[in-house]
Amino acid sequence: MSVTQEDAPVLSARQVTRARRRVAAGRSWREFRSQRAGLAGLAVLGVFVLLAVFAPLLFSPDELKVTEAVGGVLDPPSGGYPLGTDESGRSVLALVVWGTRVSLIVGVAATVISVVIGTLVGIASGHFGGWAGGVLERLTDWFLVIPFLPLAIALATVLGSSLINVIVVIGVTSWPGTARLVRAQTLSVEARPYLERARVLGGGHWHQMTRHVLPNVMPLVLANTTLTVAIAILSETTLSFLGLGDPFRVSWGSMLDNAFASGAISSGAWWYLLPPGLCVVAIVLAFTLVGRAMENVLDPRARER
Amino acid sequence: MSSSPPWGERVAGYAVRRVLTGVGTMVFVLVFNFFLFRLLPGDPISLYTRGRNMDREQLRELRRELNRPVGEQFLAYLANPFSSGVDSTQFSRPVWDVIGDYVWPTLVLLVTATALSAAIGIAIGIKGGWRRGSTFDRTSTGVTLTLYAMPEFWLGMVLLILFSTGVWVFPGVFPSGGTLTPGIEPWSLEGILDQAWHLALPALTLTLAYLAEYALVMRSSLVDETRQDYLVTARAKGLMDKLVRRRHAVPNALLPTITLVFLNIGFVVSGAITVETVFSWPGLGLLSYQAIRGPDIPLLQAIFLLFSLAVVVANIVADVVVAAVDPRVRT
Repeated sequence: MSVTQEDAPVLSARQVTRARRRVAAGRSWREFRSQRAGLAGLAVLGVFVLLAVFAPLLFSPDELKVTEAVGGVLDPPSGGYPLGTDESGRSVLALVVWGTRVSLIVGVAATVISVVIGTLVGIASGHFGGWAGGVLERLTDWFLVIPFLPLAIALATVLGSSLINVIVVIGVTSWPGTARLVRAQTLSVEARPYLERARVLGGGHWHQMTRHVLPNVMPLVLANTTLTVAIAILSETTLSFLGLGDPFRVSWGSMLDNAFASGAISSGAWWYLLPPGLCVVAIVLAFTLVGRAMENVLDPRARER
Repeated sequence: MSSSPPWGERVAGYAVRRVLTGVGTMVFVLVFNFFLFRLLPGDPISLYTRGRNMDREQLRELRRELNRPVGEQFLAYLANPFSSGVDSTQFSRPVWDVIGDYVWPTLVLLVTATALSAAIGIAIGIKGGWRRGSTFDRTSTGVTLTLYAMPEFWLGMVLLILFSTGVWVFPGVFPSGGTLTPGIEPWSLEGILDQAWHLALPALTLTLAYLAEYALVMRSSLVDETRQDYLVTARAKGLMDKLVRRRHAVPNALLPTITLVFLNIGFVVSGAITVETVFSWPGLGLLSYQAIRGPDIPLLQAIFLLFSLAVVVANIVADVVVAAVDPRVRT
């Protein structure tokens, strides 16, 4: 059933673009689907998202209150408490399920901040030559050098501990990597003839950056984003373990902090120690695998590795 | 080749320029460190003294120090960035004095862990990258990615519960923390062995945590190298596979990994903070943890500065060393 010239509907430029993007997305998804590790990662992420969304249905928020806990102190797993209890008699399983929320929220929100800053700085420093681009490049290099955790600790101490502050701290300390990646990509896009065409036709800086550079940089940023989420979740765990997280919310990091402080190690309470850590490993590994699979789809050079 | 300057001149010129940009970075770190801790919202006195009993004279002293003009404080800070007028609130001693005692344990731990993880990681990366897709390659990539996903302090706690407390079939034979069993002479034969025994678990934790990245980078740069024409030439002239790998591919693929060993100092330092805490290893990491829990702002400020400057210096060294050994680096 071939479509003749007369039958074909007249499409606006925007519709043509949209159709082309849809075809490209379908092709990418088919390539992604052929990678088992990436699919497995996606499945694990799906499970964690479901856990986070339905946490209140599985365990009532009252189970997280120290004052309403009825279990024994550091009891090993039993029928009533499949993963045992913590030092205040709360169910470790309930804590782990609720902890999923903080990890996912912080991981995703911090990544949004980091990616937005990184992309803006990266594109601007690649697009504008001269002193403006130079200053942005220097700034990126400087922040890249400062070791992440000491900087995050300093910022978190200065700002005080709350969920929003943890997100902000991780977001504003992890952008330089994205910025450098985007800058390199921007430079290679800027050298192509169609940007020269856009310039000659009188396209302004804003037009060039949003219509030509950004769409070309986006796929790479997307793959990088999944890897950034993994790092952000690890960072949240570390900051919470150091006591810099939100003191009123249960997260996997704060569970590990409590386990460490309450002597779970010397009393051999493996049921308190293992679940939050294994969850971190599972979710971080899942994001990493998805990110690597996306890189393989988008960057043919990576596929050969 | 004849037009390029001789090796010594090239490297020296590059080193000078690299040190100059490094100094620029250091100035940025110094200024940033000063103002970062002055962004404190509210009354700084209450944050400096939270959870601490100070007599009125000490408070007045602290307030006088913080009430000086910012410019004056900044100049005093530049004169000696590591003890800017205010003593450590936890130790009630100048910050620089406190830090000195904690440097050596951290150096011992980090150097041991970095050397071990680089050696093991590179070996794994070479074996996997040379036979890409083999069972060893797939297993080692899986294991290293899992290690990469682990919070290193959690790994430390798991090792502690297995080999220090001892659960299930695991023997609790290792000490749970510190550097030395009390009552043993540190520098006798017994003391040195005892210290090594204490070092074992924290060093193992950090080695496992770090080796993942070295293995992954070594593997991918060796894979890149295997597609180069000069390897075809090496094989075509009849060289054994083992020799092609050892004499041609590996030396070229090593450079990115070696650079990474230096560039990773920032990452290494981050690991030290939590792992030293878990193992009560009396180094700068444990000191940072105590400073956070205080919070001991002057101490935190000095530690942040020390870590940042260490990373800047390591970066300069890495760049100059790589430029010196690798003629491909544009200088």
